[in-house]
Amino acid sequence: MQLLETRPNPSRVMRWAAPALAILLTLLAAALIFAMLGKPPLNAFHVFFIEPLETANGWSELALKAAPLILIAQGLALGFRARVYNIGAEGQLLMGAVFASGVAIWTDGIESAWILPAMVIAGAVGGGLWGALPALLRTRFRAQETLTTLMLTYVATYFLSWLVSGPWRDPGGSNFPQSILFSDSAMFAPIFEGLRINSSIWITVVAVPLFWLFVSRSFAAYQIAVGGEAAAAARYAGFSAERTVWLSLVVSGAAAGIAGAAEAAGPVGQLTLSLSPGYGYAAIIVAWVGRLHPVGIVLAGLLMALIYLGGESAQVSMQLPAAISWLFQGMLLFFLLGADTFVDYRLKRRRVETAAARGANGA
Amino acid sequence: MSVRSSRNSTPRLELCHITKRYPGVVANDDVSLVVQPGEIHAVLGENGAGKSTLMKIIYGAVHADAGQIMWNGREVSIANPAAARHLGIGMVFQHFQLFETLTVVENIALALEGEFDLKTLASRVTSVSEKYGLTLDPQRMVHSLSVGERQRVEIVRCLLQNPQLLILDEPTSVLTPQAVRRLFETLRQLASEGVSILYISHKLNEIQDLCHHATVMQGGRVTGETDPRNETSASLARMMIGRELPVCSVEPYTGEVRPVLELKGLNYRNDDPFGTSLEAINLTVNRGEVLGIAGISGNGQAELLAALSGELLVDSASVLIEGAQVGHLHAGQRRDLGLAFVPEERLGRGAVPAMSLAENFMLTAHRDPQLRRHGLLSFARARELAARCIERFDVRCNGVKAAARSLSGGNLQKFIVGREIMQAPRLMIVAQPTWGVDVGAAAFLRQTLLDLSRSGVAVLVISEELEELFEISDRIAVLAGGKLSQPVPIEETDAERIGLLMSGVQAQAA
Amino acid sequence: MIEHLIPILAVTLAAATPLVFAGLGELVTEKSGVINLGVEGMMLIGAVAGFAGALQWGVFGGLICGALGGMLASLPFAFLTLSLGTNQSATGLALTIFGIGLSAFIGQFFVSQGLPGLQPLRIPLLASIPFLGPILFTQTFVVYLSWLAFAIVAWVLARTRWGLILRAVGESPDAAHAIGYPVIRIRYLATLFGGAMSGIGGAYLSTVYTPLWVQNMTAGRGWIAVALVVFATWKPGRLMFGAYLFGGMTILQLHAQGLGIALPSQLLAAVPYVATILVLVLISRDRKLLQQNLPASLGKPFISN
Repeated sequence: MQLLETRPNPSRVMRWAAPALAILLTLLAAALIFAMLGKPPLNAFHVFFIEPLETANGWSELALKAAPLILIAQGLALGFRARVYNIGAEGQLLMGAVFASGVAIWTDGIESAWILPAMVIAGAVGGGLWGALPALLRTRFRAQETLTTLMLTYVATYFLSWLVSGPWRDPGGSNFPQSILFSDSAMFAPIFEGLRINSSIWITVVAVPLFWLFVSRSFAAYQIAVGGEAAAAARYAGFSAERTVWLSLVVSGAAAGIAGAAEAAGPVGQLTLSLSPGYGYAAIIVAWVGRLHPVGIVLAGLLMALIYLGGESAQVSMQLPAAISWLFQGMLLFFLLGADTFVDYRLKRRRVETAAARGANGA
Repeated sequence: MSVRSSRNSTPRLELCHITKRYPGVVANDDVSLVVQPGEIHAVLGENGAGKSTLMKIIYGAVHADAGQIMWNGREVSIANPAAARHLGIGMVFQHFQLFETLTVVENIALALEGEFDLKTLASRVTSVSEKYGLTLDPQRMVHSLSVGERQRVEIVRCLLQNPQLLILDEPTSVLTPQAVRRLFETLRQLASEGVSILYISHKLNEIQDLCHHATVMQGGRVTGETDPRNETSASLARMMIGRELPVCSVEPYTGEVRPVLELKGLNYRNDDPFGTSLEAINLTVNRGEVLGIAGISGNGQAELLAALSGELLVDSASVLIEGAQVGHLHAGQRRDLGLAFVPEERLGRGAVPAMSLAENFMLTAHRDPQLRRHGLLSFARARELAARCIERFDVRCNGVKAAARSLSGGNLQKFIVGREIMQAPRLMIVAQPTWGVDVGAAAFLRQTLLDLSRSGVAVLVISEELEELFEISDRIAVLAGGKLSQPVPIEETDAERIGLLMSGVQAQAA
Repeated sequence: MIEHLIPILAVTLAAATPLVFAGLGELVTEKSGVINLGVEGMMLIGAVAGFAGALQWGVFGGLICGALGGMLASLPFAFLTLSLGTNQSATGLALTIFGIGLSAFIGQFFVSQGLPGLQPLRIPLLASIPFLGPILFTQTFVVYLSWLAFAIVAWVLARTRWGLILRAVGESPDAAHAIGYPVIRIRYLATLFGGAMSGIGGAYLSTVYTPLWVQNMTAGRGWIAVALVVFATWKPGRLMFGAYLFGGMTILQLHAQGLGIALPSQLLAAVPYVATILVLVLISRDRKLLQQNLPASLGKPFISN
């Protein structure tokens, strides 16, 4: 069964070819599924990937969906580099939205330029706290963050559900589980008249280069990378594993929380049960497909946003269930992980190599 | 002894023109070898000579690209270790292939076929182990056994299959001199019963002491065949490495003598069920000396090293560097005070396998203000320094961008030692400096450490290789069962006395 | 009071059964050194496959379809992690996302359909034992099947050569490989077994417990099953205890009002998830206990060069 051998040096080509290969394979698999459903694949691809971008509104929607995905994935990627698997960004996003909505609801009726920044900060605090909790559980009690972050997502969902059907339910609304509509000073202003894209997108635009600088040059990011590649080497060098856990969970939680605040104060405009279409989960895939690299994540985030839009348009014009975008996301991650193997490994060759790296493989 | 004279009998094992290639290296090149029944046959060669690959081919764990294997006169192809065991080939691995959380008898059952009956097997284990003087309790968990006992498990596991050929790969690297003698008695007893023994080693005196015949390998080829009892160490060394074993030059230290590292009643209670606790360890290492700590791994070496390096935090007053209490400081803070450390695990601890040498240089060198300023790193500068390290310490590699894992063990060790020396340490701690390293690199590393100490650095070396410690140490102590013996100047002791201390006999000290 | 307890405890056993199946499967997988975080996805695929099968062939056929579905779902995971050595956490996560999507996609055809459900099977004599009889021995046959599965898993692990080999592979794949065991093949089998058991657990939900298909109907049970294996410190007996504890918690929220607990239903619904976290914390802080039982190679890819 063993097909592989370690490459002496990681392949630089595969590092960037792997996502392209994964996307290609996902498209092939998608074509197969469309064909099985009796939909001509080319037509389906047109509906999925071209139709959503034929209007200005389509581009606005793309940016609107890509912005939170990219922002969350930048935070998650930090942790993934350190092998801290925060898979509860969805819950952190919801808690960010809850905290931000709290500000909006308490300040309802007041007009002030400080409300919106306060909401963003509240969102960061809410998400950050929801990320800090698993960090505490991991560093103090060694509880695996994969499980705790995910469990906390369920807790956040039920907490939100209780808020909007109890204490924060819109008294004027018709018994729906939702809060009041936020006032204008608690909302991000639209950038273009008639389109949903709003000024919250600038948060992501500013965050990306900051993350880039941090990842490529900072000592803290180097420590995180060492910890992820070889935990014993990080201990040996005196890099604190606990600090890495805290840093990555709190930063990714805060990023998700800000994204949640921007959703509540942006396209949604209130606190509801259906605040997030699974951005927290999709961002995990965005982070991986983007090579955990700040620029790669931007491209992957745009792609994932397109899959979302395509899923919606396929629902409308081809009567396909919305769940199809989850299916594609799962396949994309499968293919990417498989392709990724070939960064560090290569297929075993029968042929004997007279490589320059003599003595590379100690006998 | 006249095993060789019975030339007309069918050989137990005959290897004909075995060749095995790996990408970039030929591990075995046209190797032929004959083992007679009841013969103790040495395969001698330095690290990387291709001995282990050859043994794995015989044991079916690796398949040769070309060549034949004859077993009792018949050509065989050995598909896997189970097939080898079927033929009557047993192997005692250098790195014991045992399962820590299983009992002795469970470990043995895993290598045996037939009915699954642990009770009956346990009594067989007891009887075989008594017959050969290899005392073992079948119901104990392997993790609670000493290294010597673990080796017994491996040997008994083989013996229960009534082997005709027993392969031992570097079996003495973890034994005390006394335990080595007991092992040799067992092996001679087996040979007298007709069992052939393939004895893999790089230790010349052992081979002269034990073996009837020796096949010498270098660079994957057979470079000689001889009766080692008729050879001298020098002549064997010439066959093995093409020259005599290099010897370090030891100069006296003339500078100021002042304690750099002091341990005062260092205690550590280990809550890892598989680990060792440290008890009241006292030690002083001075400027200008190499202090060697002997002992078999698993006796607290890992814990002591971690407590010294700061990977493990202990009571602040129990570790002092140049008089300052540092027990509570973590590894980075102790490095700020002039500590450097070369761990036993080069890949994964001393270096990050997938990262380049330049990035790995940063691992401990980042405190240089040229490398790190305002929380940002300069990788360009790291490349320059790594290149200097590669040149100065003769690291053979494909430049600073080569991944750490692409280097051979010896070259990576030179890089790590070089990196640590370039931090201008006042205290250098090195674990197993030449483990798995070829003779040339080992000599270079030993000389480097000696020179470093003579430049006024305090050097602490922890090693399992007694010969190495006697070659480079000024004083030597033994760590056994988590306790450290009183260090003594090497002129006042010998391998025999150190060996007794290693097996925990404290009364014989000095 | 005791009469009130009987139905509650009886339903607890029924509610815990998916956790028993999925937990036992994951336990075996992890014993071989593989951690599969895709249990949730495999359960969902098992649930939809089981539902489809039960429409055709009844509950038993449904369970078999669920097992096959779960096993097939675990196959890409096994290929990626074992043959290609990918990161097990990430691949398991991909399996969960994939399973959510695939099950919802297939499940669209079954959304408004129903199944007749399953009558409990009274075991003669045993069912008339006072108190215990009505709790333990008037369950559906699937519950009895879960006990059988427990007995087999516990016996194989503790008493047979297969169990010893499985433990050995999980403890040290290098040593197992060196003495000649096909590590990768054994891990494949353990992973497929885990998939089949998760599939049965999911199928039980959709064919017996509910019995309907609802999108995302496992509601985190797969993740709880993974947590239970840690809680059980990889011991089948403790796993059963944990599963029934959590089954009890999910039932408790339904009876909360009757028991005089005045918390809003949404907060009560969060209790099992909070409890999972608490249990993980309690068990994980005891390092000795975990280390003595943890399969030493858990989560580490095995590539023999």
